[in-house]
Amino acid sequence: MGRDEVFVRLNEVFQDVFDDDSIVVTDATTADDIEEWDSLEHINLLAAVEQEFGMKFNMGQVVSMKNVGEMADIILSQVG
Amino acid sequence: MKELEYPFDSEYILKKSKKIKRQLLESGTGFLPKKIAVLGGSTTHDIVRVLELFLLNYGIKPEFYESEYAQYWQDVMFDNPELVEFAPDLVYIHTSNRNITRYPGISDDSAQIEDMLEEQYGRFLSMWDKIADKYHCPVIQNNFEYPFYRVLGNQEAVLRQGRISFLNGMNEKFYQYAREHEGFYINDINYMAAAYGIDKWSDPFYWHMYKYAMCMQAIPEFAHNLANIIKAVFGKNRKSLVLDLDNTLWGGIVGDDGVENLEIGQETSLGQVYAEFQGYIKAQKDIGVMLNVDSKNEYENAVAGLGHPDGVLKPEDFILIKANWEPKSQNIAEIAEELNILPESLVFVDDNPAEREIVASQAPGVAVPAIGTPEQYIRILDHSGFFEVTSLSDDDRKRNEMYKANIERKQQQQSFGDYREYLLSLEMKGTIKPFEAIYMARIAQLTNKSNQFNLTTRRYTQGDIEKFALDGDYITRYGKLEDKFGDNGVVSVVIGRKGSMEDVDSYRKKEAVSAADGNGDVLHLELWLMSCRVLKREMESAMMDSVVQACQECGIRTIMGYYYPTAKNGMVREFYAGMGFTKVAEEPDKITVWRFDIPEEYAKKNTVIEIL
Repeated sequence: MGRDEVFVRLNEVFQDVFDDDSIVVTDATTADDIEEWDSLEHINLLAAVEQEFGMKFNMGQVVSMKNVGEMADIILSQVG
Repeated sequence: MKELEYPFDSEYILKKSKKIKRQLLESGTGFLPKKIAVLGGSTTHDIVRVLELFLLNYGIKPEFYESEYAQYWQDVMFDNPELVEFAPDLVYIHTSNRNITRYPGISDDSAQIEDMLEEQYGRFLSMWDKIADKYHCPVIQNNFEYPFYRVLGNQEAVLRQGRISFLNGMNEKFYQYAREHEGFYINDINYMAAAYGIDKWSDPFYWHMYKYAMCMQAIPEFAHNLANIIKAVFGKNRKSLVLDLDNTLWGGIVGDDGVENLEIGQETSLGQVYAEFQGYIKAQKDIGVMLNVDSKNEYENAVAGLGHPDGVLKPEDFILIKANWEPKSQNIAEIAEELNILPESLVFVDDNPAEREIVASQAPGVAVPAIGTPEQYIRILDHSGFFEVTSLSDDDRKRNEMYKANIERKQQQQSFGDYREYLLSLEMKGTIKPFEAIYMARIAQLTNKSNQFNLTTRRYTQGDIEKFALDGDYITRYGKLEDKFGDNGVVSVVIGRKGSMEDVDSYRKKEAVSAADGNGDVLHLELWLMSCRVLKREMESAMMDSVVQACQECGIRTIMGYYYPTAKNGMVREFYAGMGFTKVAEEPDKITVWRFDIPEEYAKKNTVIEIL
């Protein structure tokens, strides 16, 4: 799976979770860019991403993840 | 909504909760509003988010109060003003084994462990007593799930120092409190965690990262189970199973294969599966679920199949057996009508997806679970929680008999030329009295589940009912009816408040009326309801007589009645006219106001029920 495909699928997950079809995520997207993305919604978002890609984030990754780009990197490292 | 019916896709619900909520709010009407306080010992955000979906799906529109993180105990004990002001209709306490503050050490002896148990339990006990005293509303309390590791291995439940032993001790104390207190219910998360798998349920990741007592993916199943208790408390349980026969209650087709070739009983694996399922259905009947058949069969064949010597269910276990070639949706509609219950009370069980589809589309309101393959039938019906038990009353245990007696009454009715003659032949005996302690639970239950014969559809908790009974400003009456076919139990409730003519203005606008001013020469009927199973038996007249008599005894000369229309109570729109009231106002929203001046010589309206 290429990085572009990861982003296409990530974008759908974001749109579903925040129920907003206008969301477009990029490498630099962070919680500051999406109004409803608070620490509580973050949990739900990660669960939905895990399900989409059939992988699990470990605690270290969740704690250190800075933006959507890093999220995509972790996904790529686990599912190839 | 299909997406929220068991077995559901938890991941989908979690991901699409916002969209689902929007759809539920758009498609539903007539929601029952309820204020629910969620007092958490761990994070509750996503629990509330998903619980809301299941409640909306059950027709309940929740407004939530959420305690700050892990403040469940403090909120109650120190009267958090926000909680006090919120005035919950129900309190839910979301605690888990993470909230046990002290466990036994390996060197503690039995006496020390017993003290520790009392100390941990005491915290909860004081909180529950405080809630009962302060809020007078139902309480749902989690029990404790088992820990995800066992220091003492297989001795963890055996030795008193083990955590499982300790948690079992706590749970047993919780259960005992629940047995002794009405309106207090256990949410069995220990069972939920076991059914889900403790290793997954208690994934420490979710505790240490977000302080969730369970993993995210378990939240929909958890919330569904909790919503089932809440809907049962608020009178939204289903009441009746409508069952297909061929390949649902036995393997094979009785009309083609013959009774002797059906798979039921201990001879084959599949026969055993069906026998176990029939046993499960029979147990449902024992807890008060009414059983009916809706099958494409010749009637004789259906009854012959149910007479199979190895079957657990027998023809006499069913109230109505509709075995014919009519569409099943039509049979279902007839069953609802003959039992005098709403389609929302029925669950249709059929192995054939095509039949399920017809019923789902043609008989809206009926639950149509996708029951899977025969070995899955029990799990899917059971986990669906259609008939969630909150308490077992004698009425529940006798329900099938009561409804069967009703059908017999109807059949007999057809052989009488004169209706009054028929009513007299029933040898009815009524008991009509002010609310009494032993019936408080049943009265509260009736106010929550009566929709059709209900003039104002006001819902009350048991605490409210107990208050009315003690309040001198209120006249309360419950009515019980027996006849020669059986005891119908408590079937009618009237609540009237003594006030003045000026109060009419508030009542016709459906506004709350403040406490009575003391003089009270007018009785305002705040509630009048009756169970539809005793329609047209003159029970309403007997209730009227009793209310009039109560008024005469305290010098009240005028009774005011109010009709608040809902989607379901059209049958009583003109009820007060029939009781001799005069309509004095009709509001733009169809609320009507009725007046009855008690004459000097009031002639009793009921002439067929002997009042004990």
